[in-house]
Amino acid sequence: MRIMIGKIGEWFDHRLQLAAPIREAVEHPVPRNTASWFYVFGSAALTVFLLQLVTGILLALIYVPSAGEAWSSLQALNHQVALGWFIRAMHGWGSNFMVAIVLIHMTQVFLFGAHKFPRELTWIIGVFLLLMTLGMAFTGQVLRFDQDAYWGLGIGASIASRVPILGPAVVKLMLGGPIIAGATLSRFFALHVFVIPGMLIAFVSLHLLMVLKLGINEWPMPGRIVKRETYEAQYHALTKSEGAPFLPYAIWKDMFFAAFIILAIAACAYYFGPFGPTGQPDPTVIQTAPKPDYFFLWLYALLSLLPPSLETPFLLIVPPLVIIGLILLPFLSGEGEKSWKRRPIAVVTVLMIAITLGTFTRMAQLAPWSPRMNAWSGEPVPDRYIHGTTALERQGALVFQVKQCRNCHSLGDSGGQRGPALDSVAVRLTQDQLIRQVVQGGGNMPAYGNNLSPAETTALVAFLETLHPAAQSPARDAARDLALSESKPKSATQP
Amino acid sequence: MSTKPVLAPSTDGTLSRRRFFAKLGILFNGFAAMVVAVPVVGFLFSSVTRGRTNGYLSWVPLGRIDEFPEGETRLATFRNPNVMPTDGKTVDTPCWVRHVAGEKFQVFAINCAHLGCPVRWFPQSGLFMCPCHGGAYYRDGARASGPPERGLFEYPYKVENGLVTIQAGELPTPGAAIASLTGEKPPCAS
Repeated sequence: MRIMIGKIGEWFDHRLQLAAPIREAVEHPVPRNTASWFYVFGSAALTVFLLQLVTGILLALIYVPSAGEAWSSLQALNHQVALGWFIRAMHGWGSNFMVAIVLIHMTQVFLFGAHKFPRELTWIIGVFLLLMTLGMAFTGQVLRFDQDAYWGLGIGASIASRVPILGPAVVKLMLGGPIIAGATLSRFFALHVFVIPGMLIAFVSLHLLMVLKLGINEWPMPGRIVKRETYEAQYHALTKSEGAPFLPYAIWKDMFFAAFIILAIAACAYYFGPFGPTGQPDPTVIQTAPKPDYFFLWLYALLSLLPPSLETPFLLIVPPLVIIGLILLPFLSGEGEKSWKRRPIAVVTVLMIAITLGTFTRMAQLAPWSPRMNAWSGEPVPDRYIHGTTALERQGALVFQVKQCRNCHSLGDSGGQRGPALDSVAVRLTQDQLIRQVVQGGGNMPAYGNNLSPAETTALVAFLETLHPAAQSPARDAARDLALSESKPKSATQP
Repeated sequence: MSTKPVLAPSTDGTLSRRRFFAKLGILFNGFAAMVVAVPVVGFLFSSVTRGRTNGYLSWVPLGRIDEFPEGETRLATFRNPNVMPTDGKTVDTPCWVRHVAGEKFQVFAINCAHLGCPVRWFPQSGLFMCPCHGGAYYRDGARASGPPERGLFEYPYKVENGLVTIQAGELPTPGAAIASLTGEKPPCAS
């Protein structure tokens, strides 16, 4: 039997002549200390990419890229087709893992100085691979054609429209027409299924080819300086003296980690299930608060927190600058120390980016800037704020709810967080200041002068004046007290 | 037969017959590519160029004038004038209709002027609120607070034979508000 297989193998190789180059590739010597658990993320990203290809093709067997039918075909995948839910879940979780692993891979490569000479082009292609991965994530979110996808496209169009002069044309090009409709989904399908994957396959091949040709980055040693003139000779000496063949010396760790990641994705898919789809992509259903998928939450936060006037310049200038910076990085620091132990600025930069993105993501999950659209009708005024109040103050509490103040202001930790919590507002603002704030607005609050009758304003302010801790007296305008006491008849003020 | 590569530079500076034909072949392919490129590029950018020639905008009816009580703001939906067979429900577009008085109306796009999320009308407080980043607008569409840099987008409207009709057909975005395309600026535009 073995002889038979060997003969068949020989027959094929006599014609294909692939055995020798494959053997050369997998047995090429790598520096001994690169057989490390730190070096497994690149191969893991490749593994997840292959998994995405397979699950993606499986989904395409059922999915219909038509704005009229995409949503119901996803429902069919979830509920009608055997194991359709699992394949959808694998593809969705696979995309989350893909983005995460690509980012970890990039961080590791940067901290280990692998972007330096002679691997600059490997890094640059890696930057494009990151952009394509994010492109796949966004277009994939659109293919899950539900409410979030529909309004997410609107957000994308609104951002694109801000490009000077070309904006409106860019929007029509992106949407494939004047509005978000069938043509929009079709072109995102083409991007997600043909264009970007094709580019990814080409770029991943180049990326891998260069890793093979230039050799894997050696473990960085503090003090071992990269110089253009000497590096390649040093590297070859290193692989010769303390090198070991990639197969089997290093590859077993890659294999273990790849299998672990596949199992982790399958476990997440099994326990947490597929993502959505949420409500139907029907624009007339406006009771929705669209939020992007996990990897773009930081952007959602950024767009709420930037000052409005800075938003457009920021959106149009910073992303190109970041991309140019990443591309230029290997040319700006192509030589010198590789070890992160001797590159404090690199470490601080990575930490700062990680903390910033993490903070923005967390904030976007809480979204304190979004009004709670149902707080006014759904969340009661806490008992303790009503207990023992006058009829006027109670009327004020009613005005507070009915006029949707609660959508932006919380009482007793429930309600919106867009504006400040009002539990102790009477300590901060005097009666006059409260009236002025309610009637004229300001500090990011709309003016309510046109929507409150004088009686409603009086009642509302009377209620707000009761909002202070028992042990703290409300704010008073001393000058006003004095003026009021002077204007009263003398007999009344004297004992 | 010579083993010399066809495109290798000739040693004596003359143009051999086969080098000439190889160059002619490249030229011919370039010509073919250009001929094909014209329809390809035209197809790719058709969604942009069509907007420029005969435009996407047209007048669509929203409903009879008595469907919109005076002094109130109501949600109306219309079918976008350009429909493709695969559009499904996406061509049904909502908008807010404010009947000011008599034949005076304001028709606001559903899309927030910040990033296009659907704004909701709260008649009690007389505000439009956006669920995404907290933009708020007054009853006349003017910006009240939050990240939007301008008021709500307004559709040009007319009242004919008791029908409220608006000029629509494009997604209103901060870069190209509907009204600015037709040459008139909404009163709330900053």
